[in-house]
Amino acid sequence: MSAQPRRRWSRYAVEVQALRVLRPLGIVLFTLAALFPFYYMVLLSMRDISEVIQSPGSILIGLQDFSGATYQEVLRSVENGGQGFTRFLLNSAMLATGTVIVTLAVSVLGAYAVARLNFFGRRKVQALFLSVYLFPPILLAIPLFVALSKMGLRGQLFVLVIVYVAQTMPVCVYMLRNYFESVPASLEEAAEVDGATRLQIIRKISLPLAMPAIAATGLFVFMIAWNEFLFALLFLVEERNNWTVSLGVSQLQGIETPATTLMAGSVILTVPIIVAFLFAERLMTEGLTAGGEKG
Amino acid sequence: MATTAPATPTPTPAAPRRGQRTRSARDARAGMALVSPTVIVVIVMVVLPVLWALVLSFQRIRLLNIQQLDLLGGEYTLRNYEQLLSSSGFLEAARTTLIYSVFGTAGAIGFGLMAALLVRRSFRGRSLVRGVLLLPWVAPVVAITFVWQVMLSPQLGVVNAVGTDVLGWNSPIPFLSQREGTVSLFGLSLGVPTALLVVIVFEWWRSFPFAFLFILARLQGASSEIEEAARVDGATPTQVFRHVIFPQLAGVIALIAVLRFIFTFNAFDEIYLLTGGGAGTEVLATQVYSLLSARADVGASAAVAMFMAAVLGVFLFVFFRFFGGEEKI
Repeated sequence: MSAQPRRRWSRYAVEVQALRVLRPLGIVLFTLAALFPFYYMVLLSMRDISEVIQSPGSILIGLQDFSGATYQEVLRSVENGGQGFTRFLLNSAMLATGTVIVTLAVSVLGAYAVARLNFFGRRKVQALFLSVYLFPPILLAIPLFVALSKMGLRGQLFVLVIVYVAQTMPVCVYMLRNYFESVPASLEEAAEVDGATRLQIIRKISLPLAMPAIAATGLFVFMIAWNEFLFALLFLVEERNNWTVSLGVSQLQGIETPATTLMAGSVILTVPIIVAFLFAERLMTEGLTAGGEKG
Repeated sequence: MATTAPATPTPTPAAPRRGQRTRSARDARAGMALVSPTVIVVIVMVVLPVLWALVLSFQRIRLLNIQQLDLLGGEYTLRNYEQLLSSSGFLEAARTTLIYSVFGTAGAIGFGLMAALLVRRSFRGRSLVRGVLLLPWVAPVVAITFVWQVMLSPQLGVVNAVGTDVLGWNSPIPFLSQREGTVSLFGLSLGVPTALLVVIVFEWWRSFPFAFLFILARLQGASSEIEEAARVDGATPTQVFRHVIFPQLAGVIALIAVLRFIFTFNAFDEIYLLTGGGAGTEVLATQVYSLLSARADVGASAAVAMFMAAVLGVFLFVFFRFFGGEEKI
C-alpha cells in the first residue's frame, strides 16, 4: 500500500523536474527558430555580396561592416540604375489601402446584419462566405485570368483591388461579426426605445463601439493584400510599372540582381507588416480565435 | 440584459405583439439590404467564376485563341479529364499534394501544440514571445521564402556553410533542387526526397503559429478547476495533459486540422517560390499554374483545378459526416 504512492510520487517528481528544465529550453528554441530567418534577412541586407560569397557561414558581424548601399540601390528608380522599389512600394500601398477601404465599407454592414438582424437566409449567407475558402485560389484564378485577358484588363491595379476584396471579405465579415456580437445588445435596444432608426443605431452606437476592432480588422486585410502573391503574379507580371513589392522581390531573382540587394527588398516588404501586426496583435488575434474558443 | 431591464420602460401587454412582428419584419428587410453588397461581391467574384471554370474544364480552350472564342458556346468534351487521368505527371502531383498536405498539417499542429503548452503559464516576456512566435505566419510569403532559399543555397547559404565546415559534410547539399538524397544512419543508407522534405519543413515553420494561436486561445478559455483537482489527486503533468487538457483541445485541434489541410492542399505560393515545382515537389496547384501560364492550356488547367475542388468537397463531406454537421466557425 505504501509502495504505490511512493512510485507515483517519484514519477511526479521526475516529470516536474524535467519540465522545469525543458520548458524554458523549449521556449528559447522556439523563439530562436521563429526569429532566425528574420535576423538572417536583416543581416544579409546590410552586407556586401562578395563578402557573403567568401564567408557564407559568418552570421555575426561587427557594426563596421554595416552598409545601407543595398537599400539605396533597391529603392532607386530603374532609370537611375536601381531596382525601382519605390514605385513598387507605392503600388503595394495603393493596392492594399484600396482593398481595405472597399472591403471594410462592404463588410461592416454585412457583419452587422449577420450579427444582429434575423433575416431569411442568414445561415446560408454564412455558409456561402465559408465556401470561398474551400475553393483553391488557383481555381478562381483561371476564369478571372481568362476574363481579364479577353477584356484586355490585365496589368491594371484596380482590377486586383476587386479580386482582393472578394478574397478578404469573408474573413473580414467573420472577424467583425465576432466583435459586433460582443457589444451588448441592450445598448442598441435602449437607443431604439428612444426612437432611433436602425441606421442611426449603427452609426451612433455600434460603429463607435466597434471602432478599435474595425481598425484591427482593417489592418489584417491590409496585411493579406500586401502579402498576396498569386493574383499579383498572374495579373501584373507583364506590367513592370505596376508590380507590387512581392512581385519585385520574386521576379528580380536571378544573376543580375545580387541576393543582398533583394534581401533589402525583402526587409522593405516585411517591415510594414510587422509594424501593422504589432499595432493590432491583440485585437486581431482575438477576432480570429473568438469562434474557436467555443469549439 | 437583465441589468438594464429596470431602465427600459416595459410596454403595455397589448403593444409588444404587434410591435415585435413589424419589428422583425423591419429587421429582416434591413438585414437583407445590409448583407446584399457582400453577397453580390461573393457571387460575382467567386461563385460565377467557379461555375465558369467548371464549364471551361469541359472545353478545349487555349489562351491564344481566346479573343475569337465564344466563351460559353463551343463544343463540350471530356478530353481534358481523359488526358489528365492518363498523364503520369498529374498522378505524381496528386500524390505529392497528398503527402505535402498530410505531413504539413500534422507537423504544424504538433509544433503549434508544443508551443502553446510551453507559453501557457505566464512568465516574464510572455506576450513578447507570443508575438514573436506568430511572426512566421504573418510575414510576407515572398520575403521569407527568399530568405529560406538563400539560407539553404549551396553557394551563399549559412546552412551549407555550417554543414561543410562544422558538421563535416563532403559537399554542400542543394536542398531545393535535389530530388533524392541519401542519409546514412547507423550504417544504413536511406533514400530521402530532399526537396519535398524541405518544403514540408518550411510549411511547419510557417504554419505552426496558426495552430499555436488557436490552441493557446482555447487553453486560456478553459477553466482550470478540473486540472487543479487532478493535480491535487496526484496526477503527473503528462497525465494531466493526456486525461484533462488534451480532451478539451480535441475539438479545436480537429477544426485546425481541417483548415490547415484545406490551406496546404490548395497551397501554391510556398512551393512555387521555393522550388518552382521542380525536384519532385510539383503539387496540383503549381501544375494548374504551369498549364495555364506556360502551356496556355485553359481547359486542362481548369480540369486539374476542378479535380482539386472535388477532392476537397469529398474530404469535407466525409469530415462533417464523422464529426457532426454542426457549424463550428
